[in-house]
Amino acid sequence: MATLLPPPSKRQRVAQADKAREQQEIDRIPSDLGSVRVQFFDQATGNPTGPAVSVPVADANTKNLETLLNTLQGNDDDDRVPYRFTHQSDKEGQTIDILADLYHSLLQPGIKTTEDTVSLYYTPQAVFRVKAVSRCAASIAGHGEAILATSFSPVSSSTMVSGSGDSTARVWDCDTGTPLHTLKGHTSWVLAVAYSPNGAMIATGSMDNSVRLWDAKKGQALGGPLKGHAKWITSLAWEPYHIQEPGHPRLASASKDSTVRVWDVVSKRIDTVLTGHKGSVTCVRWGGTGLIYTASHDKTIKIWNPKDGTLVQTLSAHAHRVNHLALSTDFALRTAYHDHTGKVPTDDKAKVAAARKRFEQAATVNGTIVERLVSASDDFTMYLWEPSSSNKPVARLLGHQKEVNYVTFSPDMAYIASAGFDNHVKIWNGRDGKFITTLRGHVGAVYQCCFSADSRMLVSSSKDTTLKVWDVRTGKLAMDLPGHKDEVFAVDWSPDGQKVGSGGKDKAIRIWRN
Amino acid sequence: MPQNEYIERWTKQHGKRLDHDERVRKRQARESHKQSHNAQNLTGLRAKLYQQKRHKEKIQMKKRIKEQEEKNVKSSAPDEPSKTPLPQYLLDRSQATNAKALSSAIKDKRNEKAAKFAVPLPKVKGISEEEMFKVVNTGKKTHQKSWKRMITKPTFVGSDFTRRPVKYERFIRPMGLRYKKANVTHPELGVTVQLPILSVKKNPQNPLYTQLGVLTKGTIMEVNVSELGLVTTSGKVVWGKWAQVTNVPENDGCVNAVLLV
Repeated sequence: MATLLPPPSKRQRVAQADKAREQQEIDRIPSDLGSVRVQFFDQATGNPTGPAVSVPVADANTKNLETLLNTLQGNDDDDRVPYRFTHQSDKEGQTIDILADLYHSLLQPGIKTTEDTVSLYYTPQAVFRVKAVSRCAASIAGHGEAILATSFSPVSSSTMVSGSGDSTARVWDCDTGTPLHTLKGHTSWVLAVAYSPNGAMIATGSMDNSVRLWDAKKGQALGGPLKGHAKWITSLAWEPYHIQEPGHPRLASASKDSTVRVWDVVSKRIDTVLTGHKGSVTCVRWGGTGLIYTASHDKTIKIWNPKDGTLVQTLSAHAHRVNHLALSTDFALRTAYHDHTGKVPTDDKAKVAAARKRFEQAATVNGTIVERLVSASDDFTMYLWEPSSSNKPVARLLGHQKEVNYVTFSPDMAYIASAGFDNHVKIWNGRDGKFITTLRGHVGAVYQCCFSADSRMLVSSSKDTTLKVWDVRTGKLAMDLPGHKDEVFAVDWSPDGQKVGSGGKDKAIRIWRN
Repeated sequence: MPQNEYIERWTKQHGKRLDHDERVRKRQARESHKQSHNAQNLTGLRAKLYQQKRHKEKIQMKKRIKEQEEKNVKSSAPDEPSKTPLPQYLLDRSQATNAKALSSAIKDKRNEKAAKFAVPLPKVKGISEEEMFKVVNTGKKTHQKSWKRMITKPTFVGSDFTRRPVKYERFIRPMGLRYKKANVTHPELGVTVQLPILSVKKNPQNPLYTQLGVLTKGTIMEVNVSELGLVTTSGKVVWGKWAQVTNVPENDGCVNAVLLV
């Protein structure tokens, strides 16, 4: 017999009615506020755009501001650009994102009044939109052991390379979900894989202390192993396309033996050896200004000049081993001249020019080229650096409760995402390192995360066998992707945003798409 | 509240005696003296039992001392990376691999799609009702109708169970034969862990015994594996798993079981 609930008491009824009344009141902008004067500034150059414009407060939401700014710039209807607006307040130099409208971000908290002229800095957002991946397009068996690293080709989302514990790397055709090539040669686990910025070569680093180079198209080895390291390879970085000597790309490899070696890819010789770290080098990054950044177990980050192999700077602030580094320009450097339109310049000069333009676009803040660096460490913190201006950190990013394993900048440099062993992904402001939000949902350590090309989504891979796609702006879970049968070690979102590739302990590569 | 935890309940309600800590300290300080006195003065069966108990305690003590010593010794050999492939960022980290080995073995097994409903002990010897139940004959009325039964086998009783009043209690499950934990072995790895029992799922003898939670050889029960850290494919932590009893608990005084994977 079903139990009949007693009718609600008077107190309950009153409370319910109260709640219903409260819920009806929506945050709306009062209509009697008149208008506010707005002056737009370009975030990259710091120059004002157009005259100060008077905008009715009731209508001053981001959508309308965007339309206004596009009109001021004389953009046609078909090449309108979406913008993000920030306000830099005069005191403390703090920046405020305009999330929905001016009233709720500036006027209501009392930062500005309608009497003032509001200066808004705008940054263009990606004109394309990446859809959240939602289904597993292919689960491809092939590797005989756990997959340790994956990377999409910068050219398109149709090829991906994965390194595995069965001492091979494999190239996959992601459109059909079939294997293309097996790169055999290493004698131990393949720990790191990296596509060259033009997508023609693949470098693999292995547990057998060697680096190998492969032709990405044909899947053949380019010469023998690059020997020199005394211990296994932990990380690889290609020289950015726009500073390469034409026809002579170089590659940096970091190793457990606490050295970094810069290889001439054509002659297969060591160009320079960067020695100085006292512990295993965990991560290497080659910046667009020509400097090499390395992070090590000896708690320091070192910056090198690869021309003569000299140490430029040592950044020491961490209290424990440094696990990972990310540059604000990582995405631009990785994809070089491949942009979202898919149009590739024909001759080499134009390619270099396009790559340089993309890098400069990404790195320019207030008219100067600034490369920011964020480092993740075992001391549960991260530091944001601006090595060109100071060897003191810009900000200390506190919040993780366990080791931070992975950190990455969003392609538009507005956000930093960090993945930690405390099951959380945290989002930080890319400019000043302020905490934004925590993405909770994983029930195991989060190993890696990757932004979509338009910086609006984030995918994270975890020990709990799932991938999760997050909406960065709202901090909500956009999609949960179960399917892997064991820990997911590596995940990558293709630079054109079409696909996500992941691999882990269950030995199968999975391709996800929308 | 379980019926027998009245002391804990009292402490929760009223707190501890004011001199509780002092008394505990004194009791502990006196403990070695008391042990020595017992060892020297007990005679007969009591002495024998006491020596057995002491012997076991000493073994445990020695084990712990040894463990502690091993922990302090620094191994000179460089720690070799594990046999299973690990990504670069996990290489120099010491990890608790035990439970992980368990979980991956379970998943491998699931992949093979081995007979899903096969259990390690497919057949068991039947137990008659006469053997299982003892007729309780206390009191005049009970004696006349003989409706009350005492279960003579080990049982599992949930922690929130309270006994019915004497007048209505048809089956008595003796306190001394109740079990809360089982020694569960993982069949492939041969790892044995003591895990809490959650419920009895199936007693092959009789559905009634399932209801009563009787633990006999071949009984399927659910055990709490949350501390092993297994996760499902959808990323949730696995809580309960099934296990089959492999020994005759009434003979051994413990419940041994094998995990069904």
